[in-house]
Amino acid sequence: MEFKGRDIISIRDFTREEIDYILRTAERIERMEASGEPLNLLSGKFLGIIFFEPSTRTRLSFEAAMKRMGGGVIGFGEPEMSSVKKGETLADTIRVVENYVDALVLRHPMEGSARLAADFARIPVINAGSGAEEHPTQALLDLYTIHKEKGRIDGLEIGVLGDLRYGRTVHSLAYALANYEVTLHLISPPELRMRREVLLDIEGKIRVEQAERVEEVIPRLDVLYVTRIQKERFPDPAEYERVRGAYKVDGGLLAKAKPDLIVMHPLPRVDEIAPEVDQTPHAVYFRQVRYGLITRMALLGLVMGAL
Amino acid sequence: MTEKRELRVEKIRDGTVIDHITAGTALAVLRILGITGREGHIVSVLMNVPSRKLGRKDIVKIEGRELSPGEVDRIALVAPKATINIIRNFEVARKEPVKPPTTIIDVLKCQNVACITNSREPVKPIFKVEGEGENIALRCYYCGALMSREEILKQF
Repeated sequence: MEFKGRDIISIRDFTREEIDYILRTAERIERMEASGEPLNLLSGKFLGIIFFEPSTRTRLSFEAAMKRMGGGVIGFGEPEMSSVKKGETLADTIRVVENYVDALVLRHPMEGSARLAADFARIPVINAGSGAEEHPTQALLDLYTIHKEKGRIDGLEIGVLGDLRYGRTVHSLAYALANYEVTLHLISPPELRMRREVLLDIEGKIRVEQAERVEEVIPRLDVLYVTRIQKERFPDPAEYERVRGAYKVDGGLLAKAKPDLIVMHPLPRVDEIAPEVDQTPHAVYFRQVRYGLITRMALLGLVMGAL
Repeated sequence: MTEKRELRVEKIRDGTVIDHITAGTALAVLRILGITGREGHIVSVLMNVPSRKLGRKDIVKIEGRELSPGEVDRIALVAPKATINIIRNFEVARKEPVKPPTTIIDVLKCQNVACITNSREPVKPIFKVEGEGENIALRCYYCGALMSREEILKQF
């Protein structure tokens, strides 16, 4: 399967076969990492990381992934300090930075930004978050986490809890899961229901059930994916105040869950998962970070033709 | 009565008759075609006339101008059952239904305010056409937002 030169913009651009191939490649990388030998698959290659939104987690993950593959990293994460502040368009920024690197990772507050960047760039562009739209590498690492922790994805009952309207990770995850045989429970306050275009896309492909309270569905779930309500995405602060603290995952809730339920979270969390959950076998969100690193190593290797 | 009827449906000598336009959307159709009336052609607009096929329909007649199919197909976005009649010397020389195009470029704006096409980037809005007839929808090539037929109509 050929991935060299390919952009990773939307999870919807990938078939199930391609997603499965990425997951198998991640397993290969994980085995190579475990052997202790340094990986030099991307030696001599450079990755450009350009972030127009503050982020530490995703940036660190990509930077670590590239360096662990033997490559170098350049980029910026503070557009206030750069030409962007001077009024440069994204199209121009891309056409400048692509001359320095072999692939680009982009995070941008506007939706469709990654698609635009990919159209202007001759090198592969990886979308690391385009506004509230998508975050495809997060979806791939989420699938890898489920695959590793549960041994399969097909046949699972998966609950996604929280901000389904503005949370880009859940949009990409929903699109990704639509390739598998799962039941997807969308659990959110009415104000934060899943976007219409996502629902239209996934309904008919998989079984979708909607609930307002996690208590209603917790006994049925194999996976509970919790998200933070992101204050910064709300156009209206009053709307945020109405929904903050609408749900909490704690010991009391998990007492009603299957013993092998896994709890995932894209991090950072605020107070939607109580610290007491960290010590339970349900908590996989810190291992999820490690799976993220492995998945991004696999993706970088694939698009730069090293795997 | 006879006089009135003749006035309403008077045949044109040469030009284009767009028939079976969804009732009430004739003005949107003219805007999509970029016909303002300042071009100098005689343009007749009939709205909400009785129709056996549709119940009610609109009709637009443009005298002295033959519209090409490519030019006209995008009206399928608001009037999916419309037919285009090319008239030469009072006779219908060609008659065809409108076919919705697969892609719409630089006609509509993405209604998602957070879409990158609504900033100063050097790109034109591009939409992929999904669904058909009354259920036609446009998906923004860049941000993936969907626009329904009603939302499309609001832009014209």
